[in-house]
Amino acid sequence: MGKLFAVIVFVIALLSAIPIITHSWFGSGISFALPEDISTHGHAIDEQLSDTMVEAGLSFLAAQFVLAFFVWKFSNRQANAEIKTFPGGAKGLVIAALVLVGTEMLALGILGQKAWAAVYFTPAKPDAIQVQAQAGQFAFYFRYPGADGKFGALHPDKIDEGNSNFFGLDPANDVDSRDDIVTGELAIPINREVHLMMHAKDVGHSFYVRELRIQQDFVPGLDLSVHFTATKVGKYEIVCTQLCGLGHYNMKAYLNVLSHEDFDAWMKQKASEQ
Amino acid sequence: MSDGAVQAVPTTADVVHHHQPPQGFIRKYVFSLDHKVIGKQYYALALVAVFTGMVLSWLMRIHLVWPNWPIPGLGLLSKAGAPGGVMTPEYYLSLLTMHGTLMVFFVLTNAPFAAFGNYFLPIQIGAEDMAFPRFNMMSFWTTFLAFCILIAAFFVGDGPPIAGWTSYAPLSAVGADAGPGQGFGQTLWGLSIFVFCIASLLGSLNFIATTLDLRTKGMTLSRMPICTWAWFITSCIALLAFAVLLPACLLLILDRVAGTSFFIPAGLVISDRLQPHSGGSPLLWQHLFWFFGHPEVYIAILPAMGIVSHILINSMRRPLLSHRVIIYCMMGIGFLSYMVWGHHMFVSGMNPFSSLMFSFPTLVITIPATIMTLIWLGSLYGSRLRITAASLFALGFVSMFVSGGVSGFFLAQPSIDIYLHATYFVVGHFHMVMGVAAIFGVFAGTYFWFPKMTGHMMNESLGKLHFWLTFIGTYCIFMPFHYLGLAGNVRRYSAFVDDFLVPLIPVHRFITIAALCTGAAQLIFLYNLIHSRFRGAPAPDNPWECTSLEWIMPSPPPFDNFGGKHVVVYHDPYQYGVKSSTGDYLMQNSPEQVEA
Repeated sequence: MGKLFAVIVFVIALLSAIPIITHSWFGSGISFALPEDISTHGHAIDEQLSDTMVEAGLSFLAAQFVLAFFVWKFSNRQANAEIKTFPGGAKGLVIAALVLVGTEMLALGILGQKAWAAVYFTPAKPDAIQVQAQAGQFAFYFRYPGADGKFGALHPDKIDEGNSNFFGLDPANDVDSRDDIVTGELAIPINREVHLMMHAKDVGHSFYVRELRIQQDFVPGLDLSVHFTATKVGKYEIVCTQLCGLGHYNMKAYLNVLSHEDFDAWMKQKASEQ
Repeated sequence: MSDGAVQAVPTTADVVHHHQPPQGFIRKYVFSLDHKVIGKQYYALALVAVFTGMVLSWLMRIHLVWPNWPIPGLGLLSKAGAPGGVMTPEYYLSLLTMHGTLMVFFVLTNAPFAAFGNYFLPIQIGAEDMAFPRFNMMSFWTTFLAFCILIAAFFVGDGPPIAGWTSYAPLSAVGADAGPGQGFGQTLWGLSIFVFCIASLLGSLNFIATTLDLRTKGMTLSRMPICTWAWFITSCIALLAFAVLLPACLLLILDRVAGTSFFIPAGLVISDRLQPHSGGSPLLWQHLFWFFGHPEVYIAILPAMGIVSHILINSMRRPLLSHRVIIYCMMGIGFLSYMVWGHHMFVSGMNPFSSLMFSFPTLVITIPATIMTLIWLGSLYGSRLRITAASLFALGFVSMFVSGGVSGFFLAQPSIDIYLHATYFVVGHFHMVMGVAAIFGVFAGTYFWFPKMTGHMMNESLGKLHFWLTFIGTYCIFMPFHYLGLAGNVRRYSAFVDDFLVPLIPVHRFITIAALCTGAAQLIFLYNLIHSRFRGAPAPDNPWECTSLEWIMPSPPPFDNFGGKHVVVYHDPYQYGVKSSTGDYLMQNSPEQVEA
């Protein structure tokens, strides 16, 4: 019975590793690969993830194999079989854990800071495009400042979805808000930094674009921001990852990365629609 | 001080209240003061909760992959939530919330800690009962009340709560405006957890006082079995953790019913209505919740580590390479557990510098966890391992703990968490490391201690069959969760409608089938448990040739444990692999001296 345990642990460990190594569900064409990175900061995250995968994967396989091997070898022995002590005893193992895992964790911790810093410790460039994002049950809306480069002030009491006043603008009294452009998709130009200023209208939400390697919560009452640069033209899904109510699964929008010409044309068209 | 003076001042062990045998059905089985009955009551409650939680997970898994299939009988449970048996998105979220809450609080906290701890901690230290038997009874019945309040949320008008077991504010705080399920059901959730916290605080105090005060003669701290240590350390963690969740729940309830704004800021427009709140902080709830929430993970896993160590040692017929190192590691994990709560909040909008501060101790916690794993593995070397249902589950625990543990390497790092946060990777990680691993500890404990608790042996063949199906089944369920997470599969979705999620549905279908089969395999366990309770072969006093004090008494133990006598302890808890008059082991209370 101990040998059966050993075999099963061994097989499970191997089978578990296959989809990780092949990035697919046992050759079925279902891919588990990370989607192509379209950001300037994402490669650091991807590298960190793949380094961690190697360390975690080796630790996983080594521990499972040793477990299987020892159970195979030492289960159901004769009642008078000699009891042996692992060479080096507890002291050796404690030192091994401290040195190996300590170094491993220290390395991951220090290296990982670089990727984190790329996203959070550098301010957005002054010439970054300013876009405001608002999350509400169950839609994202985006606002561009328009020709004057200024966002109009927000008045939550003026929010009126029936009249498409999603942000609560007051164009009657507020000049800055008159040329603000409000859309349901996030269009951005390629290779230019975007400074996304985020606020929630009602409850907590999150902004997650896999290809951008960006995930950031919207927290009611807090004005948060992220900045990123997209490097590939295309349409990508923005989804909500913070449980926000019954429509959570269906709360999404599109990130539309455009060439500079297309972006200018898009902006002109939207301005004329407002 | 003369001998006479010593005798005049009774030691703590001498003043334990000697019970009279309980009279009548109510005192014997319902409002019992006997820690053993209370332990069994906790176990029974956990059993009801775990099967309820499991059925909820079945319903969720079925809905995810066959969304339009009318589930027979579901329509009867909730006409509004599942008209004709097809559940609405909000009902899915209700089941998710109730599943998580039942499992974390009423199963993972109750079964390994409160149930086994209550039954065996006093016995293993040679005490006649807990330090405060009335408190103990209150703890259980308060927990039961909390359970009833939570279950009542299923049946309230606008449906059970939908904010998840973490109940993030303001979704959980603003009331019915936030949508169905956020009305009275959510208030009941808050109340249930509030009451549960009171019960857990009473229980933890009792465990701590019992361990410190009621140890019998010769039972020094270092002679306590590892599981006793685990329960003791867990009670210290629980005392601090629940003490924070208790007021947090109170504040949440006040926000909901008394118009306060602890967790609700100004200017929120929900369901077209400007909310009459201002000044609160949603992040405050997250901090308070996770300050409890992360230690809670260790409240679930430490007792399982203790139980598994105890059983492994007995099955290996040798002590671990180091008793002390394991205990220090458990203490280290308990200590560090209070410094890592922020790793649940890397992308929450808290100061990004603090993410690094939380990341470091999270990575450091890997070290004691690795040391423990290496000690278990290293102790297997050269042992005489006996394979029983209990030892299989203990070995399965080690395998699960490793599998769930290594995915923690990823989630401890804020940069990687940007991609993996709120995906199925996280779901796979915590189900394996705190859910399944802790449940394996409970299964191991059940197969091991059932003979003592009931006086009957369990069926070993059925136990082993149960192990194989559960072990393979849980890997089939939870390993693929990690792969889905790498593909960016977001959790807590009631349906997968996004372009990038639709291709992953076949994997979800595989998981659902695995979950249904693994769940069905638990009926073997239930049958074995009930059948053996009445028809199992009579259990000898010490069927596993174990050394600790619970095995010196008859199976099942009498109401007063040691018959009013004080046991004297002469040895460390794990005298295995020796040559004694009893065989290859020596009971803790045996005055016999042997050479190792």
